[in-house]
Parts: sequence; C-alpha cells; structure tokens
Amino acid sequence: MSPIQILEPLIFIALTIIAIGFVFKRGKIISKTIRLGRDEELKGPKSARWKNVFLLALGQQKMFRKPGVAILHLIVYAGFIIINIEIIEIILDGILGQHRLFAPLLGTVYPVLINSFEALALLVLLACIVFLIRRNLKSITRLQSADLNGWPRKDATIILGAEIILMSLFLIMNACDTLLQERGHLSYSEHPTGNFWISSLLHPLLSNWSTHSLVIAERASWWLHILGIYAFLNYLPYSKHLHIILAFPNAYYARLEPSGKMENMPAIQQEVIYAMQPELAPTDSNTSPPRFGARDVMDLSWKNLLDAYSCTECGRCSSACPANQTGKMLSPRKIMMDTRDRLEEVGQSIAKHGTWHDDSRALLHDYISVEEINACTTCNACVQECPVSINPLDIILQLRRNLVMEESNTPAEWATLFGNVENNFAPWKFNPEEREKWIESTK
Amino acid sequence: MNIPTLASCIAAGKSPSILFWVGCAGSFDQRAQRISKAFAHILQQVGIDFAILGKEECCTGDPARRAGNEFLFQMMAYQNIQTLNGYGVKKIVTTCPHCFNTLKNEYPELGGHYEVIHHTTLLQQLIDEGKIRLKEEGPFKGKRIVYHDSCYLGRANGIYEAPRVVLEMLDAELVEMKRCRSNGLCCGAGGAQMFKEEEKGTQRINKARTEEALETAASIVAAACPFCNTMLTDGIKGAEKEELVTVLDIAEIVEKGMITD
Repeated sequence: MSPIQILEPLIFIALTIIAIGFVFKRGKIISKTIRLGRDEELKGPKSARWKNVFLLALGQQKMFRKPGVAILHLIVYAGFIIINIEIIEIILDGILGQHRLFAPLLGTVYPVLINSFEALALLVLLACIVFLIRRNLKSITRLQSADLNGWPRKDATIILGAEIILMSLFLIMNACDTLLQERGHLSYSEHPTGNFWISSLLHPLLSNWSTHSLVIAERASWWLHILGIYAFLNYLPYSKHLHIILAFPNAYYARLEPSGKMENMPAIQQEVIYAMQPELAPTDSNTSPPRFGARDVMDLSWKNLLDAYSCTECGRCSSACPANQTGKMLSPRKIMMDTRDRLEEVGQSIAKHGTWHDDSRALLHDYISVEEINACTTCNACVQECPVSINPLDIILQLRRNLVMEESNTPAEWATLFGNVENNFAPWKFNPEEREKWIESTK
Repeated sequence: MNIPTLASCIAAGKSPSILFWVGCAGSFDQRAQRISKAFAHILQQVGIDFAILGKEECCTGDPARRAGNEFLFQMMAYQNIQTLNGYGVKKIVTTCPHCFNTLKNEYPELGGHYEVIHHTTLLQQLIDEGKIRLKEEGPFKGKRIVYHDSCYLGRANGIYEAPRVVLEMLDAELVEMKRCRSNGLCCGAGGAQMFKEEEKGTQRINKARTEEALETAASIVAAACPFCNTMLTDGIKGAEKEELVTVLDIAEIVEKGMITD
C-alpha cells in the first residue's frame, strides 16, 4: 500500500467528523434559540399531526396549488434525497479506502441503481437551471420583491449553484470512472459496472484525455463532490434552505384549530374576571404583570420561532396578501425574515456571552414597523398559502397586542372604535338602547 | 315585523330553539339591517321558533381583539357569556362571519359553549330539508351571480360550499372569480380594517376585489358577510357600476327567491 492509500481514508474520516461535528454544533444552537420562545400548548390529536407531516411536508400538498413549479420542486427534492443513498457508498468507500464497495455486493442491481441516480441527477440539474432562470425573470413578482434584496437573493443563487455543481461532479466522476474501466486501469476495472446512461454522454469530451488525467479528474470529482456535500450540509443551517429539514417538525407542530381562532390570553381573562367579580380576586396579588403580546422574539412562542427558521422565503404568503398586493408596506414573508434575523442576532449574542444582554433593540420598531403591522386584514391568506405550515398572522397579532396594550400606540380611528365598543357595546357610536330598532325600520 | 327578545320569551315561559345573533352591523348599519330583516323573515316563514337578545346583545369583541385590545375583547366576551349562559342558550345562528368565528371558536375556552352556525349553513339545511322552497320562475333565473368568499367563513372556518349550494338552487348561472374559495381575496374589512383608513398603498383592497368581481360580468355579487357587503358595494359605486351590479346577501337572495305564504 502506498502512503497515499493509507493517508486518504484518514483524511477523509477526519473531514467527515469535522463536517458532522460543526453541523451538530450549529443544530444545537438553533434548537436552543428556538426554545427561547415562550411555551405553547399543543392541542389536537397526534394522528392529525402525523397526517400533516405526510401530506404537507412529505407530500408537499400545498406546493401543488401551483402545479408547474410543484413538479420541478418535487424533482429536486426527490432527486436530492434519493441520490443521497449513493452518499452511503461514497462515505463507506472513503472510510474503507475502497472503490465502489457496493458494486460486487449488488451485482446486476448496481448499474440499475446508478443509472436511476444519474437520471435523477440530470433532472435535478435541469430543474435547478430552470429555477435560476425563473428567479431572474421579471414576471414573477414574488421573486423580484425588495424583500429579497441583498443576502436572501444571493442565498438562493448559492443554493441552486451548489446543487448544479454537485450534480455535475457526480456525473463527471462516473464518466471518468467508466472510461477508466474501459481502459482496464487498475482498481477501476476490478468491478466493472459498464457504462451509465447519462454520464457516458460525456465520454466524447473525455476520450482524448490521458489515463493519468482521467484518474486525477475522477479523484478530484469524487473529493469535490463529497466535500461539496459536507460544505452544503454546513451551509444549510445558516440558509433559507433549512426548510428541507424543518418543514417536517413545522408540519407536525402546526396549529390544528380553525385558523380564525386567536390565541387566548389567560392572564387578561383572569384580570377581567377579577374586575367583574372582585370576590374572586386573590388578596395577595404580588405576581408580576405579564408581558402583553410580543415586543421581541423571546415573547413569541417557540412555534413562531420554529416558523421563522422554517421559512424558505418563497413569498407565496406575500403574493396572496391583500395588503401587500395593493402596495402596502406589509409583507408576511418579511415578517418571517425579520423574526429570523432578530432571532439570529439574539441567539448569537447568547452563544457569545452565555446569557442575554439587553441590546435595547427589539423585533417591534427596530425590525417591523407599526405601518406594516396595522395593514393586516387578518384574512389568513398567508397562513393558507404557506407550504411549510408557517403562521405569519400569529406574529402580527401578538405585535399588535403589544403596541396597543403596552404602548397605547393605535391609530386614532381604532382608539375611537375601542371607545365605542366600551361605551356603546358596538364599534359605532349608536345608542345601545336602539339595538333592536332595525325590526321596525322600513328601509 | 315582530321579533321576540329572549328575555320576553323566558318571561312567558317559552324557550326558543335558536338564538339569532344579529351583530352590531346587522343591528345598526342601514344596509346590514336589511339582511337581518330578510333572514328574520325567512325564519318566520319557515316557522322556526327563534329570538334575539335585543338590548342585551353586545359586540362580540372581534374588532377590538384583532386590533390588539385584548382587555376590551375579554370584557365583551365576559358580558356576552354571562348573558348567554344566564339564559341557557344552546344554539346560535348569526349572519356575520366575524360574530360566528368569535362565538364558535373563541368563546368556548372562556366558558361559552354553544352550537353556533352561520346563516348560510342554516339556509342550506332548510333548503335540503324542503322547508324553504324556491320559486320555479324566480327573480334570479338565468342571472349571472358571482359569490365572494368571506375570509372568516372560508379560510378561517372552512365553509366554502354552503353558500354556493344555496345559490345553485336558484337556476342562476353561478360563476367564480379568478381567486375563489381558499384563494379568495379579502374585501379589505377584516382585522378591524373596517373601522380605519387603509395604510398607504397603490390601491384600495376593496377596489382590487371589486375589479375581480366585475371581470366576471355578473349582475349580482353574492356576499355572506355584512362587512364584505359594504366594501364591495362601495367598490361598485366607485367604479360607477351600481346601475348594473348589485351586492346582495345570501339571505336577501333566498328571501326574494323563496315561495312565501
């Protein structure tokens, strides 16, 4: 055995451990950050939750509200997952210093498998190219929106570029490998697999290459492919692409109640009961007053925070939002992106200092403006559209509660509305004594 | 028209089978009052034993809660639940999807447990049971009607079919807007927007929705919510189409199309 044959697996094992280690470290920080949110009670049966996981996450049911894109997306998703079966072999090859470990074990099944992986790889590659073109088309407004200016747009391009490169490397690797088999070169010809459908199409481009160059190209593609996957794996939890993992828990934890129902505030319910029935009020009331609604990410529930990390910024919410579509500042997608940005800021600060140091910033005002929050019609279109079960409306309403109850910051017309409801028991200033007058009206 | 209050029924030893929750719009808004009257008239024609709360009815608190004022919502809810539980109310029908949503989904955890149905569902049931019979040559025969989904009925509570089933009985040509059912575009009134100016933008939401309704060339826009009704009526006036297009509630349409004694 040459020194390189001994060294290669050792380097590979070390890099694998480092790559997986960093992913786990980042995963732990995200999980800790999500748990900064307040508790939220899970209501409804587990069976309904699993149904959502299968239909919404695995089956991508809501994606099919736009069937064309849904098929492309399904190709990339299924392709990526199925091709990853091949990663098992690649990793084992790397650790054991073998080449195509499964080929002798699987016999005639092996070429069939690799052929299907190659077909999928080509489909993924093509779909990603279509996606890149779509992203730059002026006609798809949700992808042109200012919400995505800067990093988010770059993030999308990096993800698609990485997928195209990884798929290409996989095909180049196979093309070099099968050519080397034909030439009967060393270990490559030990387990002949025959040519593969897609990668053999690259043979004319490579047939002039010397055997030595082909070996280098094969090794280089092999290493770049697996290291690219490790890099992508580490990029994932910093990117919007995290949705490929979090879509599953997010579907499981999605609220099962009718979407028109707003979350109750038991503390205020109690306050009102004590005000109406003072005899029920506890005499030793030294409990600290609760926070009213949400001012910052820690005031939101952990599900809201999981939502923020699950968002892939597709903008289906905003393109269904009546306020957004009529030119208002509100964009449900931006609500989610702001929540995640602020959460990252808080999470990183905690990871750095160990505890939370107030930075005198907050989600409300510093990230999301009053004008945005007040434009919402609570129509639930954003909630309905989201393919990964995110609820931007819930965050908007919690911010509104904080604005009104802690800042008394409400539009003048709403202040009038509150006054009317309180004094006249109706949103308009009518005499409550005339509530049944409509019966006699002849109009 | 004579409609008993629940208080007077109880005093007379009667317990009506259903409470008609009229709502603030249905009580005070001149346009919505006509919807209340049409629906009450249908109930009387069918012989349903119902009552209203009258002066004892308060705003459910929906707009206050959605504008962020939870205290005010809880006060209204407390008061209403006290009244409803005091009378032992079991079943409520309402012509307003916002009242419907609050009574049905938000009052139970505050101690108010009732069977709550929206009037479009009740109308569908009454037609199915043959209690409401529609005229052979009714006023809507052959007319083009488009139904606008109310957010609080549709997405919020999954009621898409009942209003459509009712409209299909009329021998009219029922058409759909581009965005309908779960894709339906809001009229712009929900979340307490009814009570304030819109934020700065390029278009009013009700105008956008009205344009979609007008594109269908329907002569009647059917609504199932008093607020949608107002928003779309304003939109049609804004487009100067009020001579050609009318917004009607499902209850008004049924009242006009049904066989009466």
